[in-house]
Amino acid sequence: MTLRPDVLAAILGMALASYLCRAGGYAILRVIRPPPFVQAMLQHLPGCIFVAFLAPALAGLGWPAIAAGAAVLLVQARFGRLVLSILAGVGALWLLRLAGLG
Amino acid sequence: MDERGGFTRSGVVRGLKAALAITLGLSPFGLVVGMTADGVGLSLLETLLMSGLVFAGTAQLVALQLWSDPAPILAASLACLVINLRLAPMGAALAPLLDHTRGLRLWGTLALLVDNAFALAIADMRAGRRDAGFLLGAAFGMWLNWMAMVALGHVFGAALRLPAGHPIFFASSAAVLALLVQLWRGRGDLQPWIAAGGTALLVQGSGLGAPWPVLAGAFAGAALGAWQDRRRRA
Repeated sequence: MTLRPDVLAAILGMALASYLCRAGGYAILRVIRPPPFVQAMLQHLPGCIFVAFLAPALAGLGWPAIAAGAAVLLVQARFGRLVLSILAGVGALWLLRLAGLG
Repeated sequence: MDERGGFTRSGVVRGLKAALAITLGLSPFGLVVGMTADGVGLSLLETLLMSGLVFAGTAQLVALQLWSDPAPILAASLACLVINLRLAPMGAALAPLLDHTRGLRLWGTLALLVDNAFALAIADMRAGRRDAGFLLGAAFGMWLNWMAMVALGHVFGAALRLPAGHPIFFASSAAVLALLVQLWRGRGDLQPWIAAGGTALLVQGSGLGAPWPVLAGAFAGAALGAWQDRRRRA
């Protein structure tokens, strides 16, 4: 159980940088009330952030992952159970790999 | 709870339960981070301290990949700043939830903000509830799971030896995809989402790394959505 001072300094730097990101966006918004267009953008941001995060990730993994991703969307839309949807995605990818695809 | 919103204990409990429901989607990532930290020679104490204070899987993985001796203080901090920039607009989008909290409840809840808790909190907010306690509960539940999985990965990682491409690691993408379905509000979301994904792919294709594909895609999609809203009202 060691804790080296240089490692501790790096951890504290990483923690501070991360907190600035987490609190910074809201802190700015609290001071400056944004114009209506920016407020409308904030309504659309949540979904768009995740789509923008997933599109390159899935494209990088190739089409078996895209097919498995489609399975997740279908199962979630049909049954609305997160556990089931995640299992369906992992299971679909596992089967596709097992079948020698991808 | 009143219409204005607030911060309730029952909200915290609801959040904890919601986080529990996606444990499966969160766990593999924690294992990977624990295994990677062990691989670059961090002690269990250092690994848990980092994971507890930073609580950001992708940023930690990138920082660990450029780890050196002595520890890369500046590079690791910069990696966190750049990769976690996507959390800044999330905090802003949560304003309706956070505006009625103050002090430690506000700034402490923000300290635990992560992608999946954000998605759950937005879905909860759109269902008509305004309880920042839900966000704290969900984020804290994810933090507990994160710490347990990172510790498991650090201690047993060498024995598990899961290859990087193992389907189990798809669970974290699957969790985000499933949450995306909960964020879907209807046909009006389709074009902004296509714009977001398309822009992210273009920026990625142009060779720019994280966080630029996510940020460019998110803002392009949100701008299109806001523009369409305004045209619809006009």
